Amino acid sequence: MLSWYAFNGALEQGFVYGLTALGVYLTFRVLDFPDLTVDGSLPLGAAVSTVAITAGWPPALSILAAAAAGFCAGAVTGLLNTRLHILHLLASILTMIALYSVNIRIMGRPNLTLLGKPTVLDAITGLNLSYFGAPLFFGIIALVAGAALVWFLSTAFGQAMRAAGDNPTMITAQGVDTRTMIVLGVGLSNALVAAGGGLVAQNQGAADVNMGVGTIVAGLASVIIGETVLGKGGVLRGVAAALVGSVLYRLAIALALSFKLGSFALTPSDLKLVTALLVVAALVAPQLKTRMRRR
Amino acid sequence: MLTVSGLTKAFNRGSVNEVAALSGIDLTVETGEFVTVIGSNGAGKSSLLAAVAGNFPPDRGTIAIDGRDVTAWPAHRRAHLVGRVFQDPLKGTCAGLTIEENLALASRRGACRGFGPGVGSADRTRFRQLLAPLGLGLEDRLRDPVGLLSGGQRQALTLLMASLVPPRVLLLDEHTAALDPKTAGQILALTGDVVTAGRLTTLMVTHNMNQALRLGNRLIMMHQGRIILDLCGEEKAKLSVEDLLARFYALKGEELASDKMLLT
Ligand SMILES: Nc1ncnc2c1ncn2[C@@H]1O[C@H](COP(=O)(O)OP(=O)(O)OP(=O)(O)O)[C@@H](O)[C@H]1O
Ligand SMILES: [Mg+2]
Repeated sequence: MLSWYAFNGALEQGFVYGLTALGVYLTFRVLDFPDLTVDGSLPLGAAVSTVAITAGWPPALSILAAAAAGFCAGAVTGLLNTRLHILHLLASILTMIALYSVNIRIMGRPNLTLLGKPTVLDAITGLNLSYFGAPLFFGIIALVAGAALVWFLSTAFGQAMRAAGDNPTMITAQGVDTRTMIVLGVGLSNALVAAGGGLVAQNQGAADVNMGVGTIVAGLASVIIGETVLGKGGVLRGVAAALVGSVLYRLAIALALSFKLGSFALTPSDLKLVTALLVVAALVAPQLKTRMRRR
Repeated sequence: MLTVSGLTKAFNRGSVNEVAALSGIDLTVETGEFVTVIGSNGAGKSSLLAAVAGNFPPDRGTIAIDGRDVTAWPAHRRAHLVGRVFQDPLKGTCAGLTIEENLALASRRGACRGFGPGVGSADRTRFRQLLAPLGLGLEDRLRDPVGLLSGGQRQALTLLMASLVPPRVLLLDEHTAALDPKTAGQILALTGDVVTAGRLTTLMVTHNMNQALRLGNRLIMMHQGRIILDLCGEEKAKLSVEDLLARFYALKGEELASDKMLLT
């Protein structure tokens, strides 16, 4: 079974990647805009944050810089889609690919370590929380980000953004330019993801240009697993589902890694397959539920 | 006041599929005038309303609302002047948002949307008062997602939303066509009330000749992108469905005859 140590680690990962899950919730669920930019904006955030810290910026400020960079990346995808009329999926893939080069430019090489540099985690090292510290710290960050997102989506502006994803015809007739909403919404989503990327880099002590591979699938898995557990409907539930799903997803991954059958054991390289299966399972679960009920 | 002059629109221009949807429409609707619009399928009724709402730029001609030329304005920019109810009850409201959120969105039609709370408690009280007269019980379901409502309930809500900020022009495109006769009757009665109460300048498309005659104070008939009949006041009031049908076929027939002459 899962060791206490592994459980703690999964909790920590779940919260660190919570911001990513929130970003994916915003595009996939709120804006109805399947956005793959995130695979590039997570390492973008990591790169910006790492370079900023190396240049002597305070770690917390470097997260804000990461978010700003992520916002720009998302806005580019939004503009490609709304102004140049490139299909949303393709627009986001183009930005994602371009970001690979951009990220190497930012770091000056494919990866950059933070060894011996300050990180946001320094704030809690003096508190003597042993290994509870990191999960607690990132848990609070994830909760604050989630609460901020719930607040944002309940404002008059946020409502209009939700409406733009729900019914573009209606919200246009109410005087809102859906193009603006898409650019800002996809931007905001990628700001969250890039901020998450900054946290990931600081947590693991390095940024790597390949660290974003599969971000979208992991984020989507979190959102869908969360919805399977908490149900759908409403912003509060959706945001909570993304965060709960993120933790459950990391727990499921940790569980899969601890799985042994004789001499067979799953390795980290099997995780993409496990994730894909998890998403399929979570997508099929509601269908199975209704089918069972019908019987 | 709505002034449309020389409005022309062809879809798929230059291709084999080119259709002339609007062929030089001239129409002036005075403030407070309620115009019913009839005509066969493909006559250009929806296109006329869509052009006024700004869904596409016309090929030629101008559209002015209250003397302001809005021809070049995109739809979202005209929204503060235009209220719309669509044929499809799903189009006018957001299924995933609650009743109060939909009303709140409509209460800011064309206005700036800031970071204040989307729905305040004062809004809620007002929305309840607005919904109660509908007699649909919606005032007690403010926090239900609109997706749970029936087509008729959604259409009633859309109508209310379109008039929440009084529009300078109200556009109704076969907004009762997807409803059962009883509900359609209720929505139609509500339409009459809303238009009269707000003295709204209104264009209402319908395929129901009875409706077209009973409601409003002016009637226009469209055919092949043109207005071929325009009746108001006394003349409209005296008209029966039979008269209308007779005139419809007479006018269409003339055109058929002239087409034939062209061919031979
Ligand atoms: N977006 C579009 N693209 C191409 N053709 C269009 C488009 N919209 C309308 N048309 C064409 O323009 C013509 C007028 O259509 P319109 O929808 O205005 O008719 P209508 O009078 O509303 O008819 P109905 O009573 O069937 O609703 C039709 O021939 C239609 O096929
Ligand atoms: Mg039509």
